[in-house]
Amino acid sequence: MDFLIQPWPWYVAGPLLGLIVPALLIAGNKPFGISSSFKHICAICFPANISLFKYDWKKQEWNLFFAAGIILGGFIAAQFLYGQHPVNINPETTTLLKAEGVKDFKGLIPADVFNFGNLFTLKGFLFMVVGGFLVGFGTRYAEGCTSGHSIMGIASLQWPSLLATICFMIGGFISTWFILPFLLKI
Amino acid sequence: MKNIKFLFLGALFGIILIKSEVVSWFRIQEMFRLQAFHMYGIIGSAIVVGMISILIIKRFNIKTINGQEIVIPKKEFHWGNIYGGLIFGLGWAITGACPGPLFALLGSGFYVISITLMSAIVGTWVYGLVKQKLPL
Repeated sequence: MDFLIQPWPWYVAGPLLGLIVPALLIAGNKPFGISSSFKHICAICFPANISLFKYDWKKQEWNLFFAAGIILGGFIAAQFLYGQHPVNINPETTTLLKAEGVKDFKGLIPADVFNFGNLFTLKGFLFMVVGGFLVGFGTRYAEGCTSGHSIMGIASLQWPSLLATICFMIGGFISTWFILPFLLKI
Repeated sequence: MKNIKFLFLGALFGIILIKSEVVSWFRIQEMFRLQAFHMYGIIGSAIVVGMISILIIKRFNIKTINGQEIVIPKKEFHWGNIYGGLIFGLGWAITGACPGPLFALLGSGFYVISITLMSAIVGTWVYGLVKQKLPL
C-alpha cells in the first residue's frame, strides 16, 4: 500500500503510460490521444457550420469517455491515493521560481498564480485563459498533443510526430526562458 | 456499454498522471529548465514501451478483443505540425499542463483549471474558424 501512497518514480509511471497504447489498440483499435476531445466537444456544443466540426462525432465518442475517465482518475488519486502534496522538485528550480515571484509551493500547481480571484487580473488571465487558449489552438493546429504525437506517434515511428514533439519542446523552452520570467513578475 | 472500457483506461491514465506528478506545473518548469530527468524519463520510457508493444502487436498479428485487425492511422506531415507545435509548446510551459493533465487536475479538485480547460476548447474552436487562412 505504501507504494500507492508515495509519488510514483518515472520508471514506474512511464512504462505504465506506455502500456495504455496497446491497451487502447486491443480494446478497440483506438490510437492513444486526448486533444481531439476538445474538437469533439466543439462539434457537439457549437459546430457553427465550421468545416472542422462537421463530422459524425458519435463515431469518436470513445475519446470523450476516455477524457471523462481521466477526470475520474484525477478524483480517485486525490481522494484515495494521496495525490495532493508538495512536489519534490529540484531545489534549484524552487530557488529560481521564488526569485521570479512564485510564492506557493504547497500543491501540484502554484495556488498564488492559479486561483479564481486572479482571474480578472492580467497575470491570472495570461496564465489561465491565454495559456489554455494556446494549448487548445496549438494542439489542434498540430493535430495532436503529448499523448497523440509524442507517445503514440513516435512509438508508431511516424516522423511528423517526432517533428511536432521537437516543436512542442522548442515552444516550451522559449516560453520558459524568455516569456515566463516576465509573466511571473506581473 | 462498449465505451466503459475507455472510461476505465482513462481513469488509469488520470491516476498515473497525478501519481507521477506529470500534472504538476512545477514538474513542467523543472523539465523546461533542464533541472530534472523525471519528465524526460516518463515520456521517454512511455515511448519505448509503446514502441515495443506495437512491434509485438505487429509481429504476432494480435487482434482487438473483437477480433479486428489492428490498424494505426498514419499521420501525414503538414506545416501545422511545426507552427501548431510551437504554439502548443508556448502554452504548455505557461499552463504547466497539456490536455490530459488539464482533465486530471480538474478531477483532483483544482476547479480553477476548468477555466483553462474551457479556454483550450475555445482555442480549438477558434482554430476551426481560422483554419482556412493558416498555412497547412
